[in-house]
Amino acid sequence: MKEEDKIPENKSNRRNFLKLSLLAGSGAALAGAGLSALADEGKSGDKVKLMTTDGKVVEVDSNMVEEISTCGVPVTEREAREGIPGKKFVMVVDLAKCRNALKCQDSCNKNHYITGKNAWLKVYNMQESKDTAPYWMPMMCQHCDQPACVTVCPVDATFKRKDGIVLIDNEQCIGCRFCMAACPYSTRVFNWEDPNQGAAMAKHTEENTYSPEHTGVPSVKGTVDKCDFCPHMIREEKMPHCVTSCPNDVFLFGDKYEDTVTNGSGQSFQLSKILKDKSGYRLMEGLGTEPSVYYLPPVNRTDAFVDGLEQYDEFQSVRKTEEE
Amino acid sequence: MTKYEELVKELAPRPFKKLGVLWTIGLVVVVLIGIVAYIDQIIKGQIVTNMRDYVLWGVYISNFVFFVAISFVGSLTAAILRLSHSSWRTPLVRIAEIIAFAAIIMAGVTIVLDMGRPDRLLHLFTDGRLQSPITWDVIIITTYIFISALILFFPLLPDLAILKDYFKDRPMLSKWYGWFSLNWTGSTKQWAIQKKSIQMVAIMIIPVALILQTIDAWLFSTTFRIGWDSTNLGPYFIAGAFVVGVGGLISVMYVLRYSYGLEKYLTVSHFDKLGKILVFACLVYLYFNISEYLLPAFTAPKAEEAHLRELFTGHYAPLFWFVTIGGLIVPIIVLMFKKGRSPKVLFWISILVVVTSWWKRYLIVVPALLHPFLPIQGVPEEWHSYFPSAHEWAITSGTLAAALLIITILVRFVPIIPVHRTAKELGILPTDKSEE
Repeated sequence: MKEEDKIPENKSNRRNFLKLSLLAGSGAALAGAGLSALADEGKSGDKVKLMTTDGKVVEVDSNMVEEISTCGVPVTEREAREGIPGKKFVMVVDLAKCRNALKCQDSCNKNHYITGKNAWLKVYNMQESKDTAPYWMPMMCQHCDQPACVTVCPVDATFKRKDGIVLIDNEQCIGCRFCMAACPYSTRVFNWEDPNQGAAMAKHTEENTYSPEHTGVPSVKGTVDKCDFCPHMIREEKMPHCVTSCPNDVFLFGDKYEDTVTNGSGQSFQLSKILKDKSGYRLMEGLGTEPSVYYLPPVNRTDAFVDGLEQYDEFQSVRKTEEE
Repeated sequence: MTKYEELVKELAPRPFKKLGVLWTIGLVVVVLIGIVAYIDQIIKGQIVTNMRDYVLWGVYISNFVFFVAISFVGSLTAAILRLSHSSWRTPLVRIAEIIAFAAIIMAGVTIVLDMGRPDRLLHLFTDGRLQSPITWDVIIITTYIFISALILFFPLLPDLAILKDYFKDRPMLSKWYGWFSLNWTGSTKQWAIQKKSIQMVAIMIIPVALILQTIDAWLFSTTFRIGWDSTNLGPYFIAGAFVVGVGGLISVMYVLRYSYGLEKYLTVSHFDKLGKILVFACLVYLYFNISEYLLPAFTAPKAEEAHLRELFTGHYAPLFWFVTIGGLIVPIIVLMFKKGRSPKVLFWISILVVVTSWWKRYLIVVPALLHPFLPIQGVPEEWHSYFPSAHEWAITSGTLAAALLIITILVRFVPIIPVHRTAKELGILPTDKSEE
């Protein structure tokens, strides 16, 4: 792994999320270490201390520990399709904290160079029934474990990775839009015309090989786009744009195997615990799509719902002023 | 001139008169406009359509479903009548097979028009994944194109040989007919092979046609969408295809009978019989419509209720009642009476059936897309509704005109009433061309 030395050391920009990720990531490898240990010979004898997901410190032989590198851009086409080994990315969206600030959307639009009229991350104005309180609900690709979109794709353009992420290869997509018809969450968008992402993007595309890991770089006319869970950021050991840009720590992102999610401020939580404590749920659970995005109900909210109305525009999700 | 020669002269393809030429030119113009619109769509992208992220399929897909549907009975009726040895079928099977062939070709073309990246069409064949209903569709449509071409072509062989002789004074034309007749001589061996081949494709086309309609329905019912996610959809599509297929057959038959003076061959009795088939098809279709629209109304969850309300009393109500009353109720009532099955009345009813069937497909495709599970938010107001754009109309009209053009060209060069078979049935075949 030639990229290994690129892993940034404990620098100021490195968040707690990453420390935990490395520590617990090794722990996660333990579960399947039996086989991998057999394959790996040499440098036996060294003992390393690891913390397991339930907080116990264990000592194991160093050659039973598989270093999991999330780092390494650019990745090969195969790596982009396989995903980051030993990971299962999940997101938690805390509806109690969302006040429709839309920083997530702006950041997503900007960093994915979205020029269309339908953002990949939208904050819905929701109300279950007229007697119940309205709330703000950020919606993005749910990265389902049983993705309806992937099932119907005729050409393997959209695919599910081992790390849970659903991506689109826009060099393969034929633009039939069956995935959009199949997705119950309406999160997929189509490039109805040339995305016109500017000269810089044209230059970038010419100089670099395309990777589905950074959706929108470039977007292609006649193909489908959607939220990609930012694997290009994960490879750099950073969190998705929506997570880091949110001023309210609405989003938490992490690895299900590590049982850890981290918010934009860098605070980490045990996934199973907050889902239990705060009654987390997934959207349209009954459909059996098994989303990777969990929601925490909008209770004991930090802000009044009406505060978000100022920002709310029913007919716009990509603000043109942001483009310049 | 013997009776046989008279018959050949009467049934051999003739050059068009003024009206026929004008009709053909008209169709070519519409097709050309469609091609220009399509080229523009390729250049600018599908932004020229009124489809957007919510209504992601529109008139192209509904038109595709229409083509697939109308291709059904054309050949299925033909195959069933052939296998059941119904002797009255002779003058109409070829018309049915021509319609089926033209429609399925255009179905194949239409689905490509909807693709965002038609340049990657080959991916469907090189990277096709078997669990995708689109792959099933690609397989079944290609199969159906071949089978419907063969079921049209095999019975044509003796007629093409007859035409080769008939057009002796026009060597080029004669040569073409000779080439297409695959050197048909009418030997006992050739007759045996031909009979066996026809039998084989006639049997094959029945399951293939049923699968085709079903897969077409499954394109929709394999999604979660309200209005599509229904186990009723397969048989519902088959019944609908039966209706529009018979309707299309009667319409084309009537026009050909009128313009070629074929009253002797396409008799009042033929129309009467087809009228009975059509009313039967409509009754079956009515049954499936009731189970598709009326039954869910009793236990409809909120979203489904909104979808049904949109159809029954909402934005799509005028269209919904037009296709339901015009395409089902009126034909059923009128065709119950013998006078209603007279050629002229039946023709107009059939036209009504074909037109309402086209709009019916539109109602199956579009309104369901306007009721996603999550509310439509964050997109421009225009995206909340759909009506085809000028480009979509031009391209769709182009495909419909192209289908009619294929039918027209075949009618111009192929005897629409099978010559050899008719002669045989009339007992006027010259002895040297005897069968078996």
